[in-house]
Amino acid sequence: MSIQVKNLTHIYSPGLPYESVALDDVSFNIEDGQFVGVIGHTGSGKSTMIQHLNGLLKPTEGSIIVDGIDLTGEGVSMIDIRKRVGLVFQYPEYQLFEETVAKDIAFGPKNLGLDEEEINRRVREAMDLVRLDYDKFAEKSPFDLSGGQKRRVAIAGVIAMKPEVLILDEPTAGLDPKAHRDVLEMIVDIHRREKNVTVFVSHNMNDVARLCDKVLVMNGGKCVLQGTPKEVFAEADMLRSMGLDLPDVTQMLYELKQKGVEMPDGVFDIDEAEKLILDYIRGGKSVD
Amino acid sequence: MIRDITLGQYYPGDSVIHRLDPRIKIIGTLIYIIALFVINKFVGFAAAVICLAAIIKVSKVPLKFMLRGLKPIFFIIIFTFVLNLFMVSGEVVAEIWIFDITREGIYQATFMAIRLILLIIGSSLLTLTTKPINLTDGIEHLLKPFSKIGLPSHELAMMMTIALRFIPTLLEETDKIMKAQQARGADFESGNIFHRAKQLIPILVPLFISAFRIAQDMAMAMEARCYNGGDKRTRMTSMKYKKADAVAGILIAAFMAMSIAVRVFL
Amino acid sequence: MSGETEKLIRIEGLIFSYHHEDGTVADTVIDNVSFDIEKGSFTAIIGKNGSGKSTLAKNINALLLPAGGAVYVKGYDTKDPEHIWDVRQTAGMVFQNPDNQIVSSIVEDDVAFGPENLGVDPAIIRQRVDNALEAVNMGKFRNKAPHMLSGGQKQRIAIAGVVAMKPECIIFDEPTAMLDPKGRREVMEIIKELHEEGITVILITHFMEEAAMADRVIIMDSGQVKLDGTPQEVFSHGKELKEMSLGVPMAVELAMRLRDDGIDVPADVIDTEKMVEFICQYR
Repeated sequence: MSIQVKNLTHIYSPGLPYESVALDDVSFNIEDGQFVGVIGHTGSGKSTMIQHLNGLLKPTEGSIIVDGIDLTGEGVSMIDIRKRVGLVFQYPEYQLFEETVAKDIAFGPKNLGLDEEEINRRVREAMDLVRLDYDKFAEKSPFDLSGGQKRRVAIAGVIAMKPEVLILDEPTAGLDPKAHRDVLEMIVDIHRREKNVTVFVSHNMNDVARLCDKVLVMNGGKCVLQGTPKEVFAEADMLRSMGLDLPDVTQMLYELKQKGVEMPDGVFDIDEAEKLILDYIRGGKSVD
Repeated sequence: MIRDITLGQYYPGDSVIHRLDPRIKIIGTLIYIIALFVINKFVGFAAAVICLAAIIKVSKVPLKFMLRGLKPIFFIIIFTFVLNLFMVSGEVVAEIWIFDITREGIYQATFMAIRLILLIIGSSLLTLTTKPINLTDGIEHLLKPFSKIGLPSHELAMMMTIALRFIPTLLEETDKIMKAQQARGADFESGNIFHRAKQLIPILVPLFISAFRIAQDMAMAMEARCYNGGDKRTRMTSMKYKKADAVAGILIAAFMAMSIAVRVFL
Repeated sequence: MSGETEKLIRIEGLIFSYHHEDGTVADTVIDNVSFDIEKGSFTAIIGKNGSGKSTLAKNINALLLPAGGAVYVKGYDTKDPEHIWDVRQTAGMVFQNPDNQIVSSIVEDDVAFGPENLGVDPAIIRQRVDNALEAVNMGKFRNKAPHMLSGGQKQRIAIAGVVAMKPECIIFDEPTAMLDPKGRREVMEIIKELHEEGITVILITHFMEEAAMADRVIIMDSGQVKLDGTPQEVFSHGKELKEMSLGVPMAVELAMRLRDDGIDVPADVIDTEKMVEFICQYR
């Protein structure tokens, strides 16, 4: 399972006076089993890009190859794409509509044309993956749940389609710190158990640095930077010039460096920073 | 696509038309609509088209922008056209399957289609050149005399203000929900009418819930900002008739007179 | 100055409960909370969802009324219907969702909504609207439609709408929860400026970094005040904060670790800026 995106370009309203280039020659590869972060400020083309991966938008130019199949090719059905690539939108709880949690989660599998037995099996499995007790929640109305629980139901609705690629657009937006941690932990757990490719769009650089194998940086419709978190966050000046934050630890070390305290680039882990700073203080090193 | 709807939208500008008193524009639009129904000959429409073209020119609203607003209602226009085409009896000029197309049918269908298009362009001109808030202010003022007989004119105007404010938000919301359900494999494009109607449920339920949530939040936010009905409220901008409004009034009256003249004398 | 006049808001033994639909059983959301807010102060109220922090905010603004105890705003009892508009004018409120609090489809008309409700003279409304829009750096957008603006810009319009009512205190109920980092920075910047201009600020949030900007932090959990003090004092209770599922800012966490390592990090190191300053001493 891998994804190759080649020269992806998307132009909104081509030929009209208000035409705008949302994606401009974007290329990247995602390897089997990777956890990929996508960062970039609002309007950088992130959400246009992920909608292409799911076939919701058609590229003006370029190709998207998932597991050897070109999604932009002739004769590829939408159902085929959505079986492979699942997309969880921002605030997904706003799309819940069924009377019970189980029915809502079954919506996706049903649309895939699966039989009753398989649907039930998948609903149970998805609920287990998002850590909602089937016996307790299956027959409840999704509208009676807490915000964090609603979000889990919505994510389960996509997971139940068993996509090989799971894309999540800011899955923790608006959650409190506890729900934020819980949802992230759950996503990592799903990634591990389902062995899927996870594409994680986020503004939270701490989460991206901590969780991802690879990071894509979008700016002005282009993919301007890609690499491991260490490589990407080492480019502090570039990220800052695009108005992006750094992980808290990286930001602190960056500021120290500005003040003449020699620190390595691309460090985002607090354990690592603790050691660096301890060494520095104890060593009493002087750069002058 | 769904965001292309310009009906009911305001096009910012500073033309003479923009600056007219909303009350005169509302009354003018009403008279214009009545006139369209008074007119019973193509020559009358020709006059209406010229007047409308002149007003659009003066308003500086791009024609393209206006026509874009027609797109979503194109279907309705075609529908009325076809309906009229087949439903009017008279001299048969062509036959399609079991339907007859009559000369009168063609005349009637074209006539109604033109009337509908003029109606929509004319009334969208009102909203395009009038800030929604002024529009509702104008309506509130015009309805005020009726509040003596129990018509809640302020409340009606407030409801319209908020409705106008949330039309774009709800359209955006609809777009988002549709995409989210599509990502879950929902198919809004194929199948028979019954199937399609069923597919609307996953859109409509979340949309209604959204609307209720907005209503609840809004009510609280308005209360927090000391909203207490219309009694003690003042307004930042007060309305006064100016010279241009008087001129506009005369022109509207002339247009109405012309329409009647066309009907009676031609 | 006497202590009494300085207290803009007094909360005395506040109890609040939501009733279930059948009207019988009730959940106590706020359980005997008492504290005062001094005029000109900047207080952050922190707690996870369901801790009662938003309910508390709505009690200060008389959007909700106490089931027990009392809330006084500028000496007015919020339960007194005579002065409900005085209460709301004194303590304005900005909500979480920027979309769902903007009334009008034109920015400046929305900002005028509050003063219009107060029956302010039209010429003065005009002036207040202009000033309020300038105060949030949105003067250029006065004739724009709110749905064309970014989340951060919309939230600044909502703030201008409250500022135009000339409140003495503004309660911000998770104003940045739905914003991206840029919007968050813009809004926090405005809040800081308003505070510097003398407005009493109450900021409800779950971001610890935002709380570090306040001069007082109140931690709420299950309807009660658990901690109350300066950011330094509160953040020094790192373990308790974690038990309540609240984090601490990275700098505080690092300072705690360094102290465990035997480094004498001063208590006022609660944000990145201060941490950098501290480390630079060893240069």
